[in-house]
Amino acid sequence: MTGLGKEHLRQASDALLRVEDLVVEYKTGRGDMFQAVAGVSFDIMPNETVAIVGESGCGKSTLAKGVMQLLTTKSGKVVLSGVEITGLGKEELRQVRPNMQMIFQDSIASLDPHMTVSQIVEQPLKVWGRGTDQERKEKIEDLLKSVNLDPDVVGNRKSTEFSGGQCQRISIARALALEPKLLVCDEPVSSLDVSIQAQILNIIREMKNRYGLSLLFISHDLAVVRRISDRIVVMYLGKICEVLTPDQSLSPAHHYTQALVLAVPMPDPTIRRQRAVLDGEPPSPMYPPTGCRFRTRCAAMTTICAEQEPQLREVSPGQFVACHHPIV
Amino acid sequence: MTSLFSINNLAVAFHTDRGELNAVRGVSLELNSGECLGVVGESGSGKTVTWRAAMGLLRGQKVKITGSVRLRDRELIDLSAEELRELWGTEIAMVFQDPMTALNPVRRIGSQFSEALIKRLGLSKEDANIRMLELLRMVRLPDPKSLIRKYPQQLSGGMRQRVMIAMAIACKPSILLADEPTTALDVTVQAQVLDLLGDLRKELSMSMVIVTHDLGIVAGYSDRIAVLYAGEVVELATTTELFANTRMPYTQALLNSIPKLTDSPGSPMQVIEGAPPDPVLVTTGCFFAPRCQYATDRCRAEHPDLVDSGDGHIYRCFYPLGKGK
Repeated sequence: MTGLGKEHLRQASDALLRVEDLVVEYKTGRGDMFQAVAGVSFDIMPNETVAIVGESGCGKSTLAKGVMQLLTTKSGKVVLSGVEITGLGKEELRQVRPNMQMIFQDSIASLDPHMTVSQIVEQPLKVWGRGTDQERKEKIEDLLKSVNLDPDVVGNRKSTEFSGGQCQRISIARALALEPKLLVCDEPVSSLDVSIQAQILNIIREMKNRYGLSLLFISHDLAVVRRISDRIVVMYLGKICEVLTPDQSLSPAHHYTQALVLAVPMPDPTIRRQRAVLDGEPPSPMYPPTGCRFRTRCAAMTTICAEQEPQLREVSPGQFVACHHPIV
Repeated sequence: MTSLFSINNLAVAFHTDRGELNAVRGVSLELNSGECLGVVGESGSGKTVTWRAAMGLLRGQKVKITGSVRLRDRELIDLSAEELRELWGTEIAMVFQDPMTALNPVRRIGSQFSEALIKRLGLSKEDANIRMLELLRMVRLPDPKSLIRKYPQQLSGGMRQRVMIAMAIACKPSILLADEPTTALDVTVQAQVLDLLGDLRKELSMSMVIVTHDLGIVAGYSDRIAVLYAGEVVELATTTELFANTRMPYTQALLNSIPKLTDSPGSPMQVIEGAPPDPVLVTTGCFFAPRCQYATDRCRAEHPDLVDSGDGHIYRCFYPLGKGK
């Protein structure tokens, strides 16, 4: 299979997380198989934030679940702190799980409505038998305070009494209870108001610094991602099309990244807004286009794009693109 | 410009177990003919409730609505459900945030769409079919013929929202009310849907209201913007004026919290700390004072009235930004 490309991977021994050629397949109702993640490689260094950006259906959430081993991956490797977790048995994998935690887009649905906030945050500690009752109590208070919630006020209330933003704080506190090394954030702010979104992004940033976390941050919004990440991976239809830094994100080399940049609304009426450059929606991952998967929506398409799948290659230091006709 | 639709001193209160919940506290807004009005506010600011109440969608014993809502010369507030139904679709149509819950999941798109055309416009089945395909083409949905045989859940969020827009414009309404039309969508699809709404507004010479929490979305599309906070209008101006001469500290704070492409990477987000006041509790002073960095004792004690700084720019603040320049 072509188009995988690993030129953007760094020294394996340094990486906290290394994902190589990961493939995740789904079965349709009719029993056909298709690849939602079709050979993706990336790595995350300790204390680094890597963002995965792309439209609905590009496989970014599936990739996150694949990394977390929440679903069975078809092929490829996921290596966390030097341990290949893709091959582990059930109990071995369970032992690794405290090192990797996840928060979700729908924070309200990810909390048990029958439990109090204290119980929710305590649960991981109880499951793993960490600390005495008193130590756990202190830990919970500490965690809630760190996400700007007052333990005395919220501790005994149930999650149903809280707004989406507050529920996201509670899920962050729960995810950090076991002091993971990797926190996977799947669209954590997409369903929140802009004002609340900013609060949550700042909390995630603070937590990262306080606990020395590495973050895998999934989002469709490039403006959000630029603010929080060290490295951005752009995905389209199950594959990586560009890897770049936030500084490079305004001068992308891939036409798809360019379209994502232009789609961000500008809160300034004096800037003449460009019309949406991308027409329609991505093709079905059931029948991905041959060659470059983006070619059916790309203005720069030529015959080679249909014949040959582009490989990721470095176009400037730290910027890697899989395109036959990159923007220069 | 003539006022097509006007809301005057509208107040909406819900009776809850905790007491009277004041969702909207005396909102006045005008929509001029051919205009696009952006209505912006956080969750709980009353932006959605204002328009639902104005359209007559909030009824029942648990809600108390006072004030006046006029469409041209007609008062809508005390119309019966039957009289209101005559206006829905033809005069005012609405597009909601979540097209999945607005569409019936167990009926094919074609069947629920054409039913509306048959019942509402009295078209025959064949004519309704032709009109339906025409409308689906107007919202730039590819291959409408196969689309009408599908169920809502077989479509993407963007396609569902286009179907909703097609249904909303079916009776050529004078006013299209879009409540968070793109909040559930990807940025790329959001841009497409906003472009589509802008084009349809011109083609059909509709007036439009876009209700959203994101000032960035309405910046490029609306003629005027009203900012709501805790059930009140706190600032209202033409779009260019609002961005160039923001008066209300709340509006400024909202603007600052939007992640922009021009921000330097890695810098912390500017946030509005705290949350809007509890709509059940009676608060004195400016409702935004507890979260406002400029608040004084006066702001905490006295509730500011709307001030008109001329040329239609109004705001609710004792110490507006940019004054004294």
